[in-house]
Amino acid sequence: MPPQDHIAKPVLEVRNVTKFFGDLAALKEVSLGLACGESALLYGPNGAGKTTLLRMLVSLARPSSGEVLFGGRNIERDGAGAKAAIGFVSHATFLYGELTVRENLKFFGSLFGLSDLEKKIDAALELFDMRSREGVFARDLSRGLQQRASLARAFLHDPSFVILDEPFTGLDSQSVKQLEDLLRRLPEQGKALLFSTHDFEQGAALAGRLIALKAGRVRYNGPLDAAPFGSLGIVRAAGPKN
Amino acid sequence: MSSLKIIWSILVKDLRVEWRNRETLASMCVFGLLIVFLFNFAFETANEEALRLLPAVLWVAIAFAGVLGFNRAFASERENACLEGMTLAPVDPSLIFVGKMLANLLFLGIAEVVMAFAAALWFNFSFLPALGELLLIAFFGTMGYAALGTIFGAIAANTRMREVMLTVLQFPIAFWILMLSIDSTGNAMRGDPDGNWFGGVARVAGISVVFTVASFLLFEYVLEE
Repeated sequence: MPPQDHIAKPVLEVRNVTKFFGDLAALKEVSLGLACGESALLYGPNGAGKTTLLRMLVSLARPSSGEVLFGGRNIERDGAGAKAAIGFVSHATFLYGELTVRENLKFFGSLFGLSDLEKKIDAALELFDMRSREGVFARDLSRGLQQRASLARAFLHDPSFVILDEPFTGLDSQSVKQLEDLLRRLPEQGKALLFSTHDFEQGAALAGRLIALKAGRVRYNGPLDAAPFGSLGIVRAAGPKN
Repeated sequence: MSSLKIIWSILVKDLRVEWRNRETLASMCVFGLLIVFLFNFAFETANEEALRLLPAVLWVAIAFAGVLGFNRAFASERENACLEGMTLAPVDPSLIFVGKMLANLLFLGIAEVVMAFAAALWFNFSFLPALGELLLIAFFGTMGYAALGTIFGAIAANTRMREVMLTVLQFPIAFWILMLSIDSTGNAMRGDPDGNWFGGVARVAGISVVFTVASFLLFEYVLEE
């Protein structure tokens, strides 16, 4: 029996969510919560349901049953508050190839109704070391640079909940280090972080909590240090990175 | 006010994307001109029968050119899942619809001007005597057609045979707008015998407003998974 969710005040909650794609159940009776100041690693093999769960948290997918709540409100019916508070990075970059990096950020920033947008764009570009490429068309960027631009887009509105689906994809080692440093600071700033990665040790070095998914079910949801790695099928390297 | 800003942002973004790749407008104009030219080739110009068919020729050209544009309008949204990216923002989906529809309306309107100019030359016909009435019919007919094109373009964008699906889904409903537009355009070009030009415009405006409002209200369900 996996440990129960002991979060005092979960702000982003998933309650008994099941998701079917045709006859295939991608998620089965999933319940969990995420509060500000937490960092959680969502881990599981391919097809475990990680991306489906993350997409559901940002209302890009609808549960077949169950509900997703933000601040006690169902995000399907009243999702504006959740959307304003969440920054999301997915496998897709959400960038227009025919627009420059700055134009992309300006467009998405305007949809969030941000004030002082130019300053916020400058800050986001600086944060992900994209200042020198702000005038480059997104289609002309390498995969790694597109990922950095996508991260800048996700952080542009200073979200209190950061949800990242394999955020290290395509990044070079220096960018990985920068992103790791940034993600490590988020809980200290009172922000919540939920991310997935296939590199367990990399994720474990950043997260305080582990949510292990397998075949659409939550196998473990609790402190990372107390996780029964053996029964979860997780083989750890020589020692956890810190 | 913020709603207007969001609509403006989406419209400007679409115009900028189109300015950069120049695919949508060019293909719409060329395809529309080809249709008008082919019909002109098939009929004897300045023939009364040819002029009787001119409204249908124009609206068929507008309809097919529109399909090209509506498909392209969502091609850039499909790439990198940008439409999903827009829905991540706390924006009413109806505003996304309005922004996209205005861009479609603008592109189709420009293509219509080109097609009408070519038709006037090749069919040796002047639209000037009924220009005001024709402009109103063209505006309302195009508005309704662009609204349907926007919502069905969004639906088709998520299907595998999207180019075929848009036509198959859109035309059975757009038929009513096109039929009334052809009829009203014909009446206007011939000069309404009772001078009641308002009736023709009102019919096209009525059905277009109904389809536009319905598309506006239903768009959020289209964006859902």
